[in-house]
Amino acid sequence: MASDGLHESETLAALRSEAESLKGKLEEERAKLHDVELRQVAERVEALGQFVMKTRRTLKGHGNKVLCMDWCRDKRRIVSSSQDGKVIVWDSFTTNKEHAVTMPCTWVMACAYAPSGCAIACGGLDNKCSVYPLTFDKNENMAAKKKSVAMHTNYLSACSFTNSDMQILTASGDGTCALWDVESGQLLQSFHGHGADVLCLDLAPSETGNTFVSGGCDKKAMVWDMRSGQCVQAFETHESDINSVRYYPSGDAFASGSDDATCRLYDLRADREVAIYSKESIIFGASSVDFSLSGRLLFAGYNDYTINVWDVLKGVRVSILFGHENRVSTLRVSPDGTAFCSGSWDHTLRVWA
Amino acid sequence: TMSTTNNVAQARKLVEQLRIEAGIERIKVSKASSELMSYCEQHARSDPLLVGVPASENPFKDKKPCIIL
Repeated sequence: MASDGLHESETLAALRSEAESLKGKLEEERAKLHDVELRQVAERVEALGQFVMKTRRTLKGHGNKVLCMDWCRDKRRIVSSSQDGKVIVWDSFTTNKEHAVTMPCTWVMACAYAPSGCAIACGGLDNKCSVYPLTFDKNENMAAKKKSVAMHTNYLSACSFTNSDMQILTASGDGTCALWDVESGQLLQSFHGHGADVLCLDLAPSETGNTFVSGGCDKKAMVWDMRSGQCVQAFETHESDINSVRYYPSGDAFASGSDDATCRLYDLRADREVAIYSKESIIFGASSVDFSLSGRLLFAGYNDYTINVWDVLKGVRVSILFGHENRVSTLRVSPDGTAFCSGSWDHTLRVWA
Repeated sequence: TMSTTNNVAQARKLVEQLRIEAGIERIKVSKASSELMSYCEQHARSDPLLVGVPASENPFKDKKPCIIL
């Protein structure tokens, strides 16, 4: 009825105006605490010297673009997934392939190693996240024990086990993240708030508590409370899709890599962006980022085939690594920090140290 | 109308979300920066990619020549 319509549009206008004023308040509060830049405070820290990092291993075997990789906690095994539909487990010391499974879909965009080292999770265009137990029994077919855990309504872009093999966190092109019980496949919590595809996620280091960060095509990075499903902080300073997010080792900050060719550092307690890692000469998107063990170095893989190494505190690049012959799509530092692995559209993975 | 009700529900959700975000406690960037730096400093010595480790201690840096399989 006309009068109901009028009432509703007044409420809508009131709500919108309150939203605007809250956004203004948020900006004001954040600005009040912006007394200095991180790089200024970091002037008193010694500059880093020259870095010599080389490819120490090249893992060949995928038939198409490598899209994702993850380290096993044993610091030597690696799982990788590819556009060719294959998921491979490698021994990175010897470069031997230990397991391989062919998924029913192409574009396996996400894969993860279980904390126990006894299983892997993966998914992509099938809109699912499936768990495969790893067995050394030559008579067993890995695909036979497959367990479908997560179901989204669009592609799976990222997945990660929580602190145990029992729960998996997923991110999807359907704009949501979700937490699942592996055994039952039950949805435990869903996370709504992104306005477009979610492309990445990272769990906070266990000491920091039950939160995770996600990044998406809406240019937002969002921090979530895993128990309540609530978004507790959101950051919108990137100018394009956020392809990768990773917590700083202390859990007090996180870095992001974006199609806007920059990486950024957000401090959670200051509730703002505190550094931007960019150069005029870097014009291609950053696809994946990870910190060295102390948090001083940020490794970032780019769509121009390079890996840039950034001094996190001073905001300057300290090294550029060449080797891949196509986009770098995925990058992770090993659990003990002795090396990092990059995966590329050139079909290979490289381990650098 | 249905769409107006959805818009109102969405707007309400946004306002609730912004209230939560606006209400959190924050610290100054100077303090946050010092703490990030202090963490780096404390852990620098045990960061192999930062300080470098000798070939004998890094399994990826073997002294033997690589065997191409």
